[in-house]
Amino acid sequence: MSIIKTSIARRSFLKSSALTGGGLMLGFSWLASCQTKTEAEILAMPKEWFEINSYLKIGDNGVVTIYTPNPEFGQNVRTSMPMLVAEELDIDWKKVVVEQAPYHPKNFGFQFTGGSRGIMSRWEPLRMAGASARQMLCTAAAETWKVPLEEITTEAGTLFHKPTNQSAGYGEMASAAVGVPVPTEVKLKDIKDFKIIGTSKKNVDAQDIVTGKSMFGMDYQKEGMLIAMIVHPPAFGMTLKSVDDTEVKTMSGIKDIITIKSYPKDYQKGSFDANAFPEILAIVGNSTWQVMKAKKQLKVEWKPITASTETILGFRGDKQTKHIPAGLESTDKHRSQMEILAAKPGKVVRKDGDPTSAFKNAAKIIERTYEAPFLAHNCMEPLNAFADVRGDRAQIAAPIQIPGFVMPTLAASLGIPVENIEMELTRMGGGFGRKAYGHYVIEAALISQKINAPVKLIYTREDDMTNGIYRPTYQATYRAALDSDNNLTALHVKAGGIPESPLFANRFPAGALDNYLAEEWSADSNITIGAFRAPRSNFMAGAEQSFLDEVAEATGKDPIDFRLDLLKRAKENPVGEKNDYDAARYAGVLELVREKADWGKSQSGVHRGVSAYFCHNTYAAHILDMTMEEGKPIVQKVCCAIDCGVVVNPDAAINMAEGAITDGVGNAFFGEMTFKEGVPEKNNFHQYRMIRMGEAPKAIEVHFVENKINPTGMGEPPFPPIFGAVANALYKATGERRYRQPFLGEENVLG
Amino acid sequence: MAIFNLSINGKKQQIDTDPDTPLLWVLRDHFNLKGTKYGCGIAQCGACTVHVDGVAMRSCSLPISAISEQKIKTIEGLSETGDHPVQKAWLSHDVPQCGYCQAGQIMSAAALLENNPNPNDGEIDAAMNGNICRCGTYLRIKAAIKTAAKMG
Ligand code: FES
Ligand code: FES
Repeated sequence: MSIIKTSIARRSFLKSSALTGGGLMLGFSWLASCQTKTEAEILAMPKEWFEINSYLKIGDNGVVTIYTPNPEFGQNVRTSMPMLVAEELDIDWKKVVVEQAPYHPKNFGFQFTGGSRGIMSRWEPLRMAGASARQMLCTAAAETWKVPLEEITTEAGTLFHKPTNQSAGYGEMASAAVGVPVPTEVKLKDIKDFKIIGTSKKNVDAQDIVTGKSMFGMDYQKEGMLIAMIVHPPAFGMTLKSVDDTEVKTMSGIKDIITIKSYPKDYQKGSFDANAFPEILAIVGNSTWQVMKAKKQLKVEWKPITASTETILGFRGDKQTKHIPAGLESTDKHRSQMEILAAKPGKVVRKDGDPTSAFKNAAKIIERTYEAPFLAHNCMEPLNAFADVRGDRAQIAAPIQIPGFVMPTLAASLGIPVENIEMELTRMGGGFGRKAYGHYVIEAALISQKINAPVKLIYTREDDMTNGIYRPTYQATYRAALDSDNNLTALHVKAGGIPESPLFANRFPAGALDNYLAEEWSADSNITIGAFRAPRSNFMAGAEQSFLDEVAEATGKDPIDFRLDLLKRAKENPVGEKNDYDAARYAGVLELVREKADWGKSQSGVHRGVSAYFCHNTYAAHILDMTMEEGKPIVQKVCCAIDCGVVVNPDAAINMAEGAITDGVGNAFFGEMTFKEGVPEKNNFHQYRMIRMGEAPKAIEVHFVENKINPTGMGEPPFPPIFGAVANALYKATGERRYRQPFLGEENVLG
Repeated sequence: MAIFNLSINGKKQQIDTDPDTPLLWVLRDHFNLKGTKYGCGIAQCGACTVHVDGVAMRSCSLPISAISEQKIKTIEGLSETGDHPVQKAWLSHDVPQCGYCQAGQIMSAAALLENNPNPNDGEIDAAMNGNICRCGTYLRIKAAIKTAAKMG
């Protein structure tokens, strides 16, 4: 393998296109060891690699390694991101080998998984990386053959000069291409010319997954590595008082018990430094089981926290003041607290027209209140991280969604410069927002620093489920004013939660109504919350779409027609200017799903619910078919229409939609975390009800709106509206509206 | 500590460990067989499923002392080259999302088909109910099981 020094031009190109630096690739040798096996690997590996830019290198035999920049947690970006590069490079997909890039923002830009923004944010930069490499290969061919550059064409990894009948594989031209200055401008393909984008490509990691290869953070192994586990307070509102470790220290395989303080004094925390338990204990030992046993024996005393105030630096640079109250919170108390707050006037976020008069003059007012509990993420892979901190250097390998946000905290907590920390981005066994909060990485690093050895920190399921960063509990009250002809004349929404409001005041149906009022409220809590698949939308969509269904019924209209009428108004004559959706695309998914699901058709015993929502830049609509068997709702089918612009990898996108729909049905039916005196009342899957195969929809059909709009996200958007579809179908099936999630309450857990 | 003789994926192995150590941690920590996953530790999620004499068992809840002559098979030993019908069907349906639950799902599915080569939907649901997939790939898992059944 040869590593080629890059020229100034190469660096300046990459900088000027805001693409990331080109420089020498770091850590090729260890990257090679975690290579993904694709068909390409069956080809003989090249004798020499030529690094064209930081995203790709070409072997002398034409095999191309593409570095995929963002961490993978199941959204399949390790396939779809390299597809973007390969498309513009014009290479046969079979010759592509995918490798995970390490954390290296200079080379790979903002490496993150979240907000359904991965493909959207990489759409141009990754295609540019492919196109500029192709251009360099073309230039090398033109110079070698002494022919005009414009006459060079490419096809699937081969360069041609048709007039003189010459051709060469990329591998043959790669060494010459390295010396070519990086083009300052490149032309990207027309969507109609795509050969790879828009065709289904299999998950590049599937073979490794089905054969059980080590790939997750949990699987990380290093010579001499010890195992660590943490003991955190049993309740929110508690902190460490004292520990008696005399007995545990003598247990077999146990090396040390240490106290960790995650943040240096007065550290300016960011919004992803959320952590209810910054002072905890860690037990370090030789093997997982030994540490697990010791963990149960450790005698710890806890004490109540005192109330505090923190200033949090938001990721957009804004500062927020956060009050953390003392005390032990309970779900019952939360409920009464929410009732009181919801009854008071909230903070007005948007007001159009004269809602007060409209309600005063209404012939009929419909008012409904929706509620949803805290939710735990419950990624199948519990939190974990590997760290090897020696002196002023640290090596980290962790399942983490936004490594760039944990880095500054890590450096401050360890007291070493950021440049001295190397981080490998392992595959995540699920993330859903939870692994955006990197306290466990800090903990692993502090443990390693203290014991001066490589260590893997493992959370037990119980640690993971009771640690916080939950989806908050929410409430929303909707009111609709109808005139004597049953026309909707005003809408009022007042939403709040503990500890944040879920409201999006500028979303539909804002913009479709002359009289509209949106208010919000919130109450402080010491239970930590964080992003959970489509934050806030995952509650608002269900509440809003259930309410619209009920209003549609009151007006005597078909629920889809009712929504389409509102969208027509919003499109043709919108109220206000800040409306946060495109009414035509919104209507587009409703029309598509209506057609595909054959909405007008009725089947005996099948109850249908419709719902649509816009969030994370993508539109999604569902029609859910439900039957009742022995008093239990069975989801027979979900038909779904999505507008996310260009679909990069259709089958993978369908897989994401199927997952989001199943996840949504599960959380709508069963998802719930409750608290008693600060203690999370569920700590493992015998108590926390997860959807299982028998309860999953029996069929899911996914349709995409075909257009040429730049792609937007898929991970989150199909999730929120499913709550509304479930609620509306349940009403049809049972004759009763459900206002409080989870809809099915306590049920036996199968195991 | 005590010595245990084991047969894992057709190989004789010996280990000196606490008798109460669950098979899961013996596999992962001592034999570096990381395909078998930890998800709950209390036999509720199926991530740790292995075959013990051909029967799907939750290795997190199986102390090593309970195993003597039985043959243990993990995902790494399901086939030599990853071409077990269930694995092939998984690839053709491109089942995985995050992938963390999948080894356990595959082991449950392989044991099901071993005993019942042509399961109906209800039988598949019953056999797979102990395996949670947080990513929600159940539909593809079910489709892949049916494809694997056809492959025989
Ligand atoms: S880890 Fe064994 S069933 Fe969950
Ligand atoms: S694929 Fe992620 S838990 Fe099943």
